[in-house]
Amino acid sequence: MRAMVYRGPYKVRVEEKDRPRIEHPNDAIVRVTAAAICGSDLHLYHGMIPDTRVGMTFGHEFVGEVVEVGPSVERLKVGDRVMVPFNIYCGSCYFCVRGLFSNCHNVNPNATAVGGIYGYSHTSGGYDGGQAEYVRVPLADVGPSVIPDWLDERDAVLLTDALPTGYFGAQLGDIAEGDTVVVFGAGPVGLFAARSAWLMGAGRVIVVDHLEYRLEKARDFAHAETVNFTELDDVVVEMKRTTDWLGADVVIDAVGAEADGNFLQHVTSAKFKLQGGSPVALNWAIDSVRKGGTVSVVGAYGPIFSAVKFGDAMNKGLTIRTNQCPVKRQWPRLLEHIRAGYFKPSDIITHEIPLEHITEGYHMFSAKLDNCIKPIVVPSAA
Amino acid sequence: MPYNAEPHLRRPSSEALRERIPGWGADLDPADRPSVPRELNLTPEDNGAHWDVPERQPELEPRERSIEHGMLPPVFGTVAPLRGLSGAIRRYAYENYSEARAAHWLLLVLGDRVDAGEQHLRSLASTRPDNPITQTGVLSEGRRHGVASRFGVGRADTAHQWMDPVIVAAPWVVTAIGIGLLVRGARRTASSERVQTE
Repeated sequence: MRAMVYRGPYKVRVEEKDRPRIEHPNDAIVRVTAAAICGSDLHLYHGMIPDTRVGMTFGHEFVGEVVEVGPSVERLKVGDRVMVPFNIYCGSCYFCVRGLFSNCHNVNPNATAVGGIYGYSHTSGGYDGGQAEYVRVPLADVGPSVIPDWLDERDAVLLTDALPTGYFGAQLGDIAEGDTVVVFGAGPVGLFAARSAWLMGAGRVIVVDHLEYRLEKARDFAHAETVNFTELDDVVVEMKRTTDWLGADVVIDAVGAEADGNFLQHVTSAKFKLQGGSPVALNWAIDSVRKGGTVSVVGAYGPIFSAVKFGDAMNKGLTIRTNQCPVKRQWPRLLEHIRAGYFKPSDIITHEIPLEHITEGYHMFSAKLDNCIKPIVVPSAA
Repeated sequence: MPYNAEPHLRRPSSEALRERIPGWGADLDPADRPSVPRELNLTPEDNGAHWDVPERQPELEPRERSIEHGMLPPVFGTVAPLRGLSGAIRRYAYENYSEARAAHWLLLVLGDRVDAGEQHLRSLASTRPDNPITQTGVLSEGRRHGVASRFGVGRADTAHQWMDPVIVAAPWVVTAIGIGLLVRGARRTASSERVQTE
């Protein structure tokens, strides 16, 4: 089969790879019909996540058709069109029965701090991802769901990570009616988090980024006020000024490990891999939120230490809430919202790239060329 | 400006927001939010699991694991098993240091760099050697408005993007210099041996 393959930092290619096989009785093999490149794939692409091995196929956002099932699979059958959450999880462990699917303890030998994620290094379990013609889906009775007939496949692929993560990020903020919510990052997750903040009754939603085309999307798609931090000497002062010098009630970090805005922080993490992530957005969040406020972190960071301003967080009495999103918990309510017409997830897709040209897709998304917000990858057989 | 105790004066009314924004307030009640409360009380069957612990996946070759796991978890990925020098570094990191130790992660990062070097060298002996031009996607700069996307639009990342080609090219340049030095050393040794023989 054809598959995207990592060849080292900043280098990927498409090559022939063995088609995945059933390795566990509850595995399914899915023929991928659409996948996406996620902003967190760029952390892998840039060589930031420890134990990312040459030869791995990335891709944790994908939908497709079941072509083979293991002997113990009961809930899926060959031919089903499925959307697959980015979490791999067992459904039965201490964490899964508490609904913490992203923290499953039974699927990742390489780390206890991280659950299982498709195509996301050995630190997330060593599974191949969906930027390929076929993918192994472990524990197929637990994770995937059949795509509802009424739902477009392009909307479904955004339900596998980006939309649920943004929606989850807004929930972590514990937003109350009338709250001022600041979202750092106008990428797909930030846009969905901003949009979701309104559902929870926010009084103001302010999105901060440095890419003007993304801020335009934040205004149009997410109905948000926007701030371009490159136009300011100090974005934290602006956040204080616009909130009557108190700070926002809730701040959401939807940027994660490669945040810009501080040269030293960015270079020591994204370029020289000496930090688990560049905590610029996280530090701005800590300093922009009001005392006693909540910081929600859904931006992804690596496991190495980062230079976080924890003293400010402590002294301000903040609540810091974090996690990888337990995707399947979000689906029933999100499907209701989509069906009610509150938003259309695929509105943020800007590019469709054939799998054979995925190298170009990675470079474009990484370098933020061509006003790229969300690229979808389509295998040739799809 | 004096301290103002009236919070957030710029906030529109809820009625105005409900009018303007589709779905405003649909999840106002925390009971409608799927991740509230954080922890639920589910059964495995609620999650589709018909097991208390999943069946064990066959361990066809020794699988490295974090020493914070009491035993190998029942399900795991099998991509790219440990091989070569990078494999030895990674195995050492897994066997000797917990996830709490910086040495664990820094050794894994070192393993990644060694892995890339090993695989580049191996590819040179294959029918499809690595190609740093096509594999970086840099040829798309023209088709994807590389200049217009970067300049005159106030981006913060242009301050460091110049480093990317250096990071990509550095291993190749260092390897080329290394090979050059080795060849020069070998030639010098050979010529001095010839002089001694004469």
